[in-house]
Order: sequence, then structure tokens, then C-alpha cells
Amino acid sequence: MYEKAKDLAAAYVSRRISRRAFIDRMTKLGIAAAAANLMVNRLSSQALAAGHDWQKHKGRTVKLLLNKHPYTDAMIANLDNFKAMTGMDVKYDVFPEDVYFDKVTATLSSRASQYDAFMTGAYQTWQYGPAGWLVDMNEYLTQAAPNYNWNDVLPNLRRSTAWSGVPGAALGGDGAKQWALPWGFELNSVSYNKRIFDKLGMAPPENLPDMKEKAAHIAREADGMYGIGVRGSRSWATIHPGYLSGFTNYGARDFEMADGKLNAAMNSPAGKEFTGLWVEMIKQSGPRNWSTYTWYEVGNDLGAGASGMIFDADILGYFMNGNTKEAGNIAYAAFAAKPGASEPTPNVWIWSLAMNAFSEQKEAAWYWMQWATGTEHGMFGARQMDFVNPVRQSVWDDEGFRDRIAKTYPGYLEQYEASAPGSKIYFTPQPLFFNLTTEWAASLQKMVADEVPVDEGLDQLAESVNRQLASVGLR
Amino acid sequence: MTTQDMTQAAALPARRRSGRMRALLPYLLSLPALVVTIGILIPFGTAVYYSLQRYNLAFPFTRGFIGLDNYAQFVTDPAFWNTVQISLLYTVVTVGVELALGLSMALLLQHRTPVNNLLSVLLILPLMTAPAIAALMWKLMTNPNFGVFSYLVGLAGFTEFRWASSPSTALFTVVLVDVWVYTPFMMILLLAGLRSLPRQPFEAAELDGVPASFVFFRITLPMLTPYIITASLFRMLDAIQQFDIIYAMTQGGPGDRLMVFQVQAYLEAFTFTNIGRSAAFLMVLWAITFILSNLFIKQWLKLRERTHRAA
Repeated sequence: MYEKAKDLAAAYVSRRISRRAFIDRMTKLGIAAAAANLMVNRLSSQALAAGHDWQKHKGRTVKLLLNKHPYTDAMIANLDNFKAMTGMDVKYDVFPEDVYFDKVTATLSSRASQYDAFMTGAYQTWQYGPAGWLVDMNEYLTQAAPNYNWNDVLPNLRRSTAWSGVPGAALGGDGAKQWALPWGFELNSVSYNKRIFDKLGMAPPENLPDMKEKAAHIAREADGMYGIGVRGSRSWATIHPGYLSGFTNYGARDFEMADGKLNAAMNSPAGKEFTGLWVEMIKQSGPRNWSTYTWYEVGNDLGAGASGMIFDADILGYFMNGNTKEAGNIAYAAFAAKPGASEPTPNVWIWSLAMNAFSEQKEAAWYWMQWATGTEHGMFGARQMDFVNPVRQSVWDDEGFRDRIAKTYPGYLEQYEASAPGSKIYFTPQPLFFNLTTEWAASLQKMVADEVPVDEGLDQLAESVNRQLASVGLR
Repeated sequence: MTTQDMTQAAALPARRRSGRMRALLPYLLSLPALVVTIGILIPFGTAVYYSLQRYNLAFPFTRGFIGLDNYAQFVTDPAFWNTVQISLLYTVVTVGVELALGLSMALLLQHRTPVNNLLSVLLILPLMTAPAIAALMWKLMTNPNFGVFSYLVGLAGFTEFRWASSPSTALFTVVLVDVWVYTPFMMILLLAGLRSLPRQPFEAAELDGVPASFVFFRITLPMLTPYIITASLFRMLDAIQQFDIIYAMTQGGPGDRLMVFQVQAYLEAFTFTNIGRSAAFLMVLWAITFILSNLFIKQWLKLRERTHRAA
């Protein structure tokens, strides 16, 4: 059925049949709505193809390494259009996130050409880039198709995926190499169960002390529900969402630069004040097995009605508002942790596409990458799939996308627009990122378990971080 | 020259060839073993080589030979000593508990009856579960919010029992999973040992009316000791290299409470890309395993010698 529909769409696009005949036949197939989508995609692909030789690598096959994610699902759903436009084939391996980055590290460190391109986070490029495993995309961006429009990608995201490799140097600063192309991103805000908040007569939290109080109120009053879901596993992934967003909002930083050297700064008075409140909040009203919580548990508990709210990726709240027990009850709010703060400062996670430096067909891989990060695919994903948050301004401006989000996910756009201006990567880029943030997560676990007081824990952490920085000449 | 002389002259080179072949034969026969040994030694040698290097994939230009620096850093690193302590504690507790339970179960099942045969089969089912899967099952069953075991301990009054999430009960929880998976292994080996023991000493003891405790401590246990040492050695080798159960349940946390060697080495290599340090961790683990194995084997040899002398 799908093949017939594709043939019909192709016949109409090439003007072999009339519009009326196309609609008649599609209706007979009983898939008129799908036909319209198909036609739009095929027409979009043809528009994208204008003025560029997309058939240059016809017959080649690119191989991708992908994480199991709605972005991947959207890409796979639209892949036939890329194949039709370029005559190329695309093979891919998809791995769950638990093991995904280990697979990437193993593949790249063995200098294998098995995969031409792969999904990565921006933080990972701080390891992979200096190691010589990634291609600087700047050299390809100058050869992009005329309508690729790189400047349409949100500026903070472009900068956040570019780095000079100098520890502590600003992302996107002088001499920065574009290690990856932003594909989709998430910023951190509050997603909450509106049904429970309404029942308890509460508005969304305004700052961290308010969040702590409301979380405790939920834990007391909402039967069997805990107050606030945040990540807690012994992993770098515990630090980057809500914790670092709030930490930054309190005016704290991970490092300070002095004479070109890094110095641990997480034990500043602001850092201690924020962390103290954070730890108290988890102890009072977090999940009982917080120290094993990844994004998966945080999201699922919100969707299952086990938690009252989460301070995590906005798209996690988005996904929990469909096909879950609490579907339709999830609402969103931008969140500035510090009382009186001028705006939220969400730290950002960016799923990006990078090119393997050991690929033997880099240009063919680049063709796939520019299609996958292009406006047309972004628009397809945003309108028809769950490809949120899109990285292009033109997609955010699209009325079809905005209408869909406004109707299905009330408050999401408002949350995004309030959070976006202050959102970027707030970590200081340096190659020991994973060592130090994993140790940071382990320290938080000790603080929550009352094994060490907050102030002392952060002092010990800073001391250990400085020791490690010194051992590799970064301090 | 007679015909006989000619025949003898012709046979000489053939005999020489055959003699050479005979001399070479032992080497040829040991060649496969040599190839396998080299195959084993290459990765081992590579690990030793890496452990003597500053080798972090994120700092490719700093790679170089640093002698024993990676090891020297361990001496003053409290995290390293924590890893040694946790790994040894985990090994001692799991092997000890599994030995006690495995031996008890083997003693209960030693007589061949239909019920015992059925139970023997049922009891080895956990051993057929992959440890990582077992860890995930237990993670669900001990979930404080909906886990069946959390519910059961809640009924007993322990409503705040947090299993692997709490530093005070994390070790207990992972040991519990290990015991669930591997006790059947101990049981099988010891049951096989018990069933292969000669009957005469037991029959003689029975005729003399010797008390059961005396039979157990003076006859069963000494005769079973070689089996106990073998089973414990196998489990010790496995337990000190534990990875999957701990990583799947807590990733080495909470804090550093379950940071055993393999988890630390895995994080160093795959998350921190510090190959040199990871290799050094694994070499220390190898050394500890080697020493413990030798202690076990020497003990086993001593026992064997004593048995032979007694015989």
C-alpha cells in the first residue's frame, strides 16, 4: 500500500498524472491524509534538491550509529525521501542510551571506519574532538547546499557545539571547530502534574525554596505520591539537567579561570547555598531510591502519577503527556531557582550529529548530515513526529508546528519562550568533563545519604577536582 | 658392496629422518598450546604495557611511558584503597554465604529421592539467569515504591528500607542478588562431591553409633574439603571480578560504596577514556586474584599430600 502511494506521489510530482487523478487514486487507497503528507515530503525534498547535485553519491551506502530516541524514529520515518532524492542507501545500528556512548567510545577509539556519522551530545565532543576522532564540520558547512541555511540554526546551539579544544575557552569562541551539528535539544524546566497542583490549590513553583516547600506539601498531602523527581544516579547525567541549571541561577560556576588555568569553584558560597537546598529537597520529598534515578525513572514517575513534578528536560515532560496514565495532566513552567533572579538559566543538552574522522566516505556522510539537520526534515519531524525541540528558528516560527504544540501540549511554547533566552551550556568545556561530573554526582549521593555535610562534601570535591586537573596539567 | 650393505646404506637417511621427526614431535605436539599461550599473553602484555603509560584518549599528545606512576598514584589515593576494601569484602561475604548455603542445600539433597532430584533441578534455575538480567529483576523487586520485597519488609515494619539506594544496605542488597544467582553453583559442586564420597566410613560410623555432629565434622567435612576448596576458588575468582550485578544495580554507588575493581576499571576506560589508569586497576586486580588463587591451590595441594600420607 505504502509503495503504491509513493509511486502515485512520484507520478504526480513529475506531472505524469493530474491532481484530480492523484487525489482520486489516493482516496481509493483509503489513505488520503497520508497521501497529503507524502506529497508534502516529496515536494519538500524536491525543493531541497534545487540547485545542488544531490545525486553526486548515488549508489553509495552510509552507515550510521544512532541512539534509540524519538529523533531517530523521525529520521527513519523520513529516510525514504533522502534515498529517493540522493539515490544513496542508509544503514544504521540503533542502541539504547544505557550502552550507546560506550559503543561510540569503543568504535571511535579503535579508529574503525565502520560508521560514517553518529549521534552525540555536545559534552562528548569535548573528549572526542581533541582525541582526533571527529571531523571539523566548518570545512563542509562552506560547501552546503544553497538552501541549507546554517544561520537558521539557533545561535546558542551553533556555539555550544563548537570549541577550540583549549580547556576553559568559551564555546564558539576564537578558533572553535564545529565538532557537531545540532539536531535536537532540550532545556531544563519544571513539568508538573496539573491535576494534583489544582487539587492542592498550588501554582507552579517560583524558585527553589518555593519548590522545596511545594514538593514537601505534595509528599504530605497527595496520597502515595512523592514531591519532586530529579536524577540521582552515579553518573555525569545527574549533574547536567536541573542541578546545574539551578546551580547556575544561584550565580555559582563549576570552574574559574586564573592565568589560563582552571580552578574548581563548585564550593563557592553560592554553590553551597544552592546545593544545601537541593539536598534537603531530595531528602524531604524526592524518590526513596533517588540514587538510582536516571532520566528514565524521573520521566516515568511523572507519567505514572508517582511524582508531583520534575525539574528536568522539558521534552521529558512533553513525552510524558501522551500514552501515560497522566496524559493530558502534565503542564509546564519555566523555572528560575534563585529568588528574584531575572530569568531562568537552563543548562542545555544538545543531541547532535558528528562525522567519524576515520570514515572512508566523508562527503557522502555529509550529504546525509545536511539533509538530516536541514529545514525540510526538521519541519517534517516537528509537524508530524515528536522531533522536539527543533534546532531551527524557521521551524519554531512555523504556524503548523506552533498550532500543534499549543493544542496538544498547553503551556509548552510559553515555557520554551521564557526559558530559551537564558539557555546554553553552562559547563566550562574541558576534557575531564566526565570524570569530574561523575565524581560530583557521587558527592551528591554522599550528601543526600548524610555521609558528609554539604559544605564539607563540596570542599572535598573541589580539592579532588583540583588534584585531577593538576595531574593533567590543566591547573 | 653386497645387496645387504646397499639396503642398509639406503635405510640410513630414512632412519635419520625418522629420528629427527621423533625429536621434533614433542615440540610439534605442544605447538597448539604454545599458540594459545601466546594468544593469552598478547592481551595481558598489552594491558601491562598500557598500565605503564600515561594514556588518556582525550589527551592524545600527552601519551608516554611513565613507569610505575599509575601504580604509585594508587598508594596515596583513598578511592583506590576503598576499591580494594570493597572488592575483598564483597568476595569474602559472597563466597562465605554461598558456601554455607550451598553446603547446607547439598547435605539436604544428598540422598537420591524423587523430591530431591526435582528440587536439585529447580534450585539451579537462578544459575541459568544472566547476572545482569538477575540484577534488573532484583532492582524492580526491591524498588521502594512498588517492589514486592519492599512491600514484604514493609509488612515486617521496615518501611524505610531502601535496599541498593542506601549506603547502609547497598552491599547487603548486591550480595543478596549474587547469593541468589550463584549459590546453586556451590550446591551442584558440593552435591557431586558428597555423592562421590566412599560409603565405608559412614557405614562404620553408623554401626558404632557415632553422633551425627561427629560424623559431619570428623568425616564428611574433611573428606569434602577438596571439593569445598575447588568450588570456593571458582567463586572467589568470579566474585572479586564482579561487574554486571553491581553496575546494573548502582553503577558503583551510592557514593563510592560499591566501587569494586571492575566497575572502576570500566568507568576509567569507557567513560573517562583513561586507558592507562584502567589497565593499572586491572593489573592490580590480576595480582590480587593471582595471590588468592595461589593460596587456595597451595592449601588444596597440602590437603592432597596429607590425604596421600594418611593412605
